[in-house]
Amino acid sequence: MKALASTPVRRNSVPPTPEDRALLDATWRDPPGFRGWCMAVNHKSIGRRFIITAFVFFAAGGLLAALMRWQLAVPDNHVLGPDTYNQIFTLHGSTMMFLFAVPVMQAVAVYLLPLTLGARAIAFPRMNAYAYWVYLFGGLLLFAGFVFDAGPDAGWFAYVPLSGPEYSPGKRVDYWAQLITFTELSALLEAIIIVTTVMKLRAPGMTLTRMPLYAWAMLVTACMVIFAMPAVMFASTALLLDRLVGTEFFNPGEDGEPLLWQHLFWFFGHPEVYLIFIPGLGFMSAIIATFARRPIVGYVPMVLSLVATGFLAFGLWVHHMFATTLPDAGKDIFTISSMLIAIPSAVQIFCWIATLWLGRLEFRTPLLFVLAFFVILVLGGLTGLQLASVPLDLQLHDTYFVVAHLHYVLIGGAVFPLFGACYYWFPKFTGRLLDERAGRWHFWLWFVGFNLSFFPMHLLGLDGMPRRVYTYPAEMGWGTLNLLATAGAVLLAAGVLVFGGNVLRSLRHGERAGPDPWRGGTLEWATESPPSPANFDALWVVHSAYPLWDPQPMARVSGLATSHREVLVTTPGVARPDTRVIFPDPSPWPLAAALATAVLFVGSIYTPWAVVWAMIPVAATLTAWFWPSARETAEHLDVERAP
Amino acid sequence: MTPEPNRALDVAALPSFGFGHRSLTWWGLQGIVAIEATVFALAIGSYLYLATHAARWPPTEELPDPIWGSLNTAILLASAWPNQIARRRAERYDRRSAQRWMLVCLAFAVVFIVLRVFEFRSLGCRWDSSAYGSIVWMLLGLHTVHLVTDTWDTAVLALVCYTRPFETRRFVDISENAVYWYFVVASWLPIYAVIYWLPRW
Repeated sequence: MKALASTPVRRNSVPPTPEDRALLDATWRDPPGFRGWCMAVNHKSIGRRFIITAFVFFAAGGLLAALMRWQLAVPDNHVLGPDTYNQIFTLHGSTMMFLFAVPVMQAVAVYLLPLTLGARAIAFPRMNAYAYWVYLFGGLLLFAGFVFDAGPDAGWFAYVPLSGPEYSPGKRVDYWAQLITFTELSALLEAIIIVTTVMKLRAPGMTLTRMPLYAWAMLVTACMVIFAMPAVMFASTALLLDRLVGTEFFNPGEDGEPLLWQHLFWFFGHPEVYLIFIPGLGFMSAIIATFARRPIVGYVPMVLSLVATGFLAFGLWVHHMFATTLPDAGKDIFTISSMLIAIPSAVQIFCWIATLWLGRLEFRTPLLFVLAFFVILVLGGLTGLQLASVPLDLQLHDTYFVVAHLHYVLIGGAVFPLFGACYYWFPKFTGRLLDERAGRWHFWLWFVGFNLSFFPMHLLGLDGMPRRVYTYPAEMGWGTLNLLATAGAVLLAAGVLVFGGNVLRSLRHGERAGPDPWRGGTLEWATESPPSPANFDALWVVHSAYPLWDPQPMARVSGLATSHREVLVTTPGVARPDTRVIFPDPSPWPLAAALATAVLFVGSIYTPWAVVWAMIPVAATLTAWFWPSARETAEHLDVERAP
Repeated sequence: MTPEPNRALDVAALPSFGFGHRSLTWWGLQGIVAIEATVFALAIGSYLYLATHAARWPPTEELPDPIWGSLNTAILLASAWPNQIARRRAERYDRRSAQRWMLVCLAFAVVFIVLRVFEFRSLGCRWDSSAYGSIVWMLLGLHTVHLVTDTWDTAVLALVCYTRPFETRRFVDISENAVYWYFVVASWLPIYAVIYWLPRW
């Protein structure tokens, strides 16, 4: 085979010249047109898609919630029948947990992490594109199932034996099980990408102790994903096998054990709560520092608390199983560990309060959403401590008290900070600010609507209203509180509409942001908005955790190729420049491989042989993905240099 | 923040690849190993959980015949040796030798996969006979998936090395390919012990 003529290698100078910039843009831009759209690997293209898709699923999950609230608004209502209601609450939970909460946090990281770390790109860009497509296809599968009356109906945690072959015939639960396989595959790949990006692609000088707290939060989250998600993939695979080829993992008649499902599920499920809310903690630290105009108090305790939370989160799963026949001593241990995790959470909250106390506050919309966190998450945390006590849990298990608790934790801990993050980073993503007045409307609609919707559920739960009932008789006396909750849901929906309208309007007419509208201290603000395809014209060298607030000016990196997709790799601890590596070009193969993967997963709902024959296109597309083109090889040979 | 034009950190002289944790490949691979090790640990944990909750384990007299499994274990342990040589040669930039040893590794992997078929046949139970059969097939199946995947990886890498213009970063790929194989070997040992020896203990 003959090698192509090689491209002359051009390297950037400091300060960067307009020529450097033009070359960098041409080198790093995704190709144009629909074909280019299918081949995109730039982390900002993929991140933007990922975020938009996750919010579309959020809206869909919200619509399902609205339907449930409509049904429950008054006693003996018949808007939805029991079968539809079962599908809708299962779909709502599964969508929000698997298609929104975890993916949206990774999606934001895909866009933002390389910018906050001062890098040209995200690690493994093609795998990143593949992970997005796999996630998208998984979500479409779930909703396609619902449209064709195969919507899963056994709850978002699909307990056996209800979800087993005997009590859930048909294919509904299989769609759920494969949704898990799709989304967890995507999340696991993203976790590897995030860990590698954080450890290897930081700007020179950004030691581990100078890394933004947001990056720490994502690092801890990604490590948790790596050890938590395999449990649910393993469990859902075993469930699928029980249903498809007659294995007996969960069948007590043949030595199987239904409780094994609960152990495996919650070994994933409890850490999942934390890996949804730890990115939220990262948003908090970024937003509070900027709007208090000072570094976060207690960097080291903050980091240690994040890491401690990550570890402790794996020791709590049994508190979801207090209503099962586990030994009491075991339950006591899990009660203690459930109480223990309050300590690192409290340390972080006190550090933020100290920061706010000592800072000069600017009450802009992002800060409002962050302040709401303190009220809502703390309430959710307190009910969590109550549920961690076995006798109380036995009383409240499977009631609306738990529904209230989990929404306080997840919406307060993750969604409020996420909205804050949207207002905070929207100017970076788009170059324009979101409207402040609409932002305040959104905030107040959500703050009031949220509490109106979910606070009454505590009382309903104490009153004995069980979860997952499609209606209730008038004599139970639950009507008024349910009506209040539905009224709250209307406000929440209005808030989402205001937010959506604000986003659409601001994209065109928002105030121009410039590189650094909030005068932030971290590196994403040291480039234009939206960032150029290569993120930075010349990489920065940093000397502190808030380099833009340093009195001393930052130096820049020279000598990195502008004509090739060259990335600077640094050492994991102190971020010393180590190697320059070439990143892959855009490629259609991640999309093709994701399609082949989708055929395999969907096929295996119907026949075990799909795993065999669909393996061929999967292997073929992955091989084509890896196979170097003549052009790529020539480019690599241009710049290669042995250590 | 005012950038000072004269202060620059020049990186043009840095190498374009590095072995071990200096390479991104190593980090990606460690992530995959962590995930798969977790899956194996959970599968073994599930075996133990099911075993402790069953009235009788295994439910029948027939135990897995350890002959093929033991033979395979010996082959797998031996295969660490060509992998180690391929890795060493790659790290010394000895291209021809590294490539040749990769072919030896591939031969070991293929022999192993063939014997794996006999192993499945000597388990003495079906996957749908009881929870015991299910988890034993699951353990052996999971490991086989890794085996087949890594064999395919090795084959593709060898083909790229032989048929495409050689890039020096392939030395890193050859080295990391061997590391992944070590994981396939190391993860087999506890699975082997659980499948064949735990029921006899």
